[in-house]
Amino acid sequence: MNEQEQQLLLQIADDELILGWRDSEWTGIAPMLEEDVAFSSIAQNEIGHARGLYELVARARGTTADELAFDRTPEEYLCARIVELRLMDWERTIARHVLYEEADATRLERLKASEDAEIAGLAAKIDREEAYHRMHAAMWDERLRGEQRYLRALDELRPLLDERDGHTDELAELWEQMTVVRRSVPGATW
Amino acid sequence: MIYEVFRQERKGQPFQHAGSIEAPDDHFADVYAREQYGRRGESAALWIVPRAAVLEIDEFVDELDRNYHRVDGYSLKAKLKEARERAGTAAAAPDS
Repeated sequence: MNEQEQQLLLQIADDELILGWRDSEWTGIAPMLEEDVAFSSIAQNEIGHARGLYELVARARGTTADELAFDRTPEEYLCARIVELRLMDWERTIARHVLYEEADATRLERLKASEDAEIAGLAAKIDREEAYHRMHAAMWDERLRGEQRYLRALDELRPLLDERDGHTDELAELWEQMTVVRRSVPGATW
Repeated sequence: MIYEVFRQERKGQPFQHAGSIEAPDDHFADVYAREQYGRRGESAALWIVPRAAVLEIDEFVDELDRNYHRVDGYSLKAKLKEARERAGTAAAAPDS
């Protein structure tokens, strides 16, 4: 796996990890119990995808998935701005979900066609779960499409999809929470 | 709206009641039912039915007033015990 491929996988892994954390902030407080179950499960899937991607890169770099996920500084993450934001209103949460799944589908199609069999295989595996995420996103998109608040949220967030230069303060705050246990006992194995 | 979900574990098996879900319309019910009962390979198929569409019967007239017409009207256990005693195989009975 060349350096460019490693960077791309790391970028996707960071997106999935950070979005997984952000989506999981709805666990317990989603608008409906069924949605709570569905959205929490999507959040967990995203973190699982991040793990698979980190593992591939970790093997190429002689490190571990945990070190890649948690031992870098916030500035070293390659995620897009859109996943960093703490969005505790449903219209923007769903707008981000819809925009992200659409972009992620395009990206996964390219990875599935990779000449590297491991990358293509992992992408195919991830895509099987993403099919459910897309179904869930399409369901909400159809439901909210007539709502001004939702349309405004789409317009507001769309430009952040490809915004990867620099990070928001919100990423640094999330990083503090995300790594607090790991940093509390340096070198511990869990 | 409440939907009742029935799941079939493997092709050819009968559908069994799995539980219920609340969803605003059929589309949401489809997605939530997949999430809770289908997307981890645990079902071959699902039936999702609005609760209002289920015709329920929970009272039956005992039209003949003859308990031998009912499955609980005839104590098979007692008859079996007698038969086993006659045959000398009482010890083989699982619970008597």
